[in-house]
Amino acid sequence: MTRRLWVVLALMAAPVLARSQGAAVPAPLPDPRQAGVISPEQIQKEGKSADERAALNLKTAGDTALEAMTTAVASELRCPVCQGLSLQASPSELAQQMRGLVKDQLAAGKTPDEVKAYFVSKYGEWILLSPKPRGFNLLVYVLPLVLVGSGITFIWVMVRKWSRPELTDADRTPSGPA
Amino acid sequence: MNWKRASIASLFAVPVILLFAYGMTQDPKDIPSPLPGREAPTFSLSVFAPGQPPLQRNVGDTIRLADMKGDVVVLNFWASWCLACRDEHTTLSEVARNYAGKPVHFYGVLYNDEPANGTNWIAEMGGQSYPSLNDPKARTAIDYGLYGVPETFFLDRNGRVAYKHTGPVPASVLARVIDSLMAVPATGAADASPAGPAGPAAAPKAGG
Repeated sequence: MTRRLWVVLALMAAPVLARSQGAAVPAPLPDPRQAGVISPEQIQKEGKSADERAALNLKTAGDTALEAMTTAVASELRCPVCQGLSLQASPSELAQQMRGLVKDQLAAGKTPDEVKAYFVSKYGEWILLSPKPRGFNLLVYVLPLVLVGSGITFIWVMVRKWSRPELTDADRTPSGPA
Repeated sequence: MNWKRASIASLFAVPVILLFAYGMTQDPKDIPSPLPGREAPTFSLSVFAPGQPPLQRNVGDTIRLADMKGDVVVLNFWASWCLACRDEHTTLSEVARNYAGKPVHFYGVLYNDEPANGTNWIAEMGGQSYPSLNDPKARTAIDYGLYGVPETFFLDRNGRVAYKHTGPVPASVLARVIDSLMAVPATGAADASPAGPAGPAAAPKAGG
C-alpha cells in the first residue's frame, strides 16, 4: 500500500521536476542579427548601415504594434457574411477586405474607437460582437444574470425544503399540558 | 393544481418564450442598414463595362458621385458568381433604358470579382444597358455597408441614401422609388437630416 502511494507521488512530481530542471538551463540569447535587434555597440561599429538597420527595427516594431492593434479591433467586429465569427476569425473574402480597411485606417492615424465607429456608421451596431450595454441591448447583459440568480434561488429553496425532516403524525399533534 | 406555483413559473417562462418568439420572426441574415436618410458615401470608380447607347460610358472613365449631384442615382452591386443577380439583370437593364434622358443615373458596381469575369457575364447575359464600375478591395461596397449581392441603393437628388433594396429588385419597386425621388426637387446642398416617414426613405421594401 505504502509502495503504491510512493509510485503515485513520484508520477505526480515528475512533470514539476522536469520543468524545474528545464528552467535551470538558461535559454540561449537570440542572435541580435537574426532577431532583427542591434546593440548600441554594433550601431557605433557599423556606422551608416547601422542607422539604416535601426530605422528598420523601428519600422518592424511599428508594424508589429499595428498588426496587434488590427487584430484587437478586428476581433471585436462581426463578419457580415458569417454566423457569429469576427473579422479576425473569418477566412471570407469580405472579412479579410474589412480587416485590411481596419489596418489602413489605423495606419492612417485613426484610433480603435474611431475605426469601430466607422463600421457602426456603415453596418449599425450589429457589427459589434459585444453590443453597447444600453436600451434593448441591456437585456443581453441583464437577462443571463437574472436567470442564473433565479435558478440558484430556486435550487436553494428546493434543497432547503427537501433537507427538512419530514414531520410525523406525532410531531403534528400539539403536545403540552393542555 | 398549485396556482401560486404555476403563476410564478409563468412569470419567468412567458417573457423568455416571448423573447424567443420575437427572435423567430427576425431574419438573422438581414442586417438593418443605418444608411437610409444619411448622406451617401462618396465614390470615384472606373468604368470596366461601357453599357449601351444612350447610357454608354467609355471604359476607363472615372465616375464620381459628386458629379451627379441634383440627379437620382441607382447603384446596383452585383457579381458574376451571384445567381440572384441573373434574376434582376434584364429588369434593371430595361428600366434603366426607359429612364434614359431623365435625371437618373444607373451604375452597376462589381463586388469581389474580376472585371474580366464581369465582362464575360454581361456578354453571356446579352448585354447591359448601363455602365458597370470596378470596386477594388470592395472599399465602396464596405462604405455602403454591403453584406451580399445583389443590393441596390437609391440616392436622392440631394445626395442622400433614400432606400436600400436587398435581393433581386423588381421593376415595380424600381419605378416607384425612382419616380418618388424624381418628384422631390433638389434643394442644393445635401441636408443631413433624415427623410421623414412620408419621404422617399420610407419607400416600400417589396419583392424580397
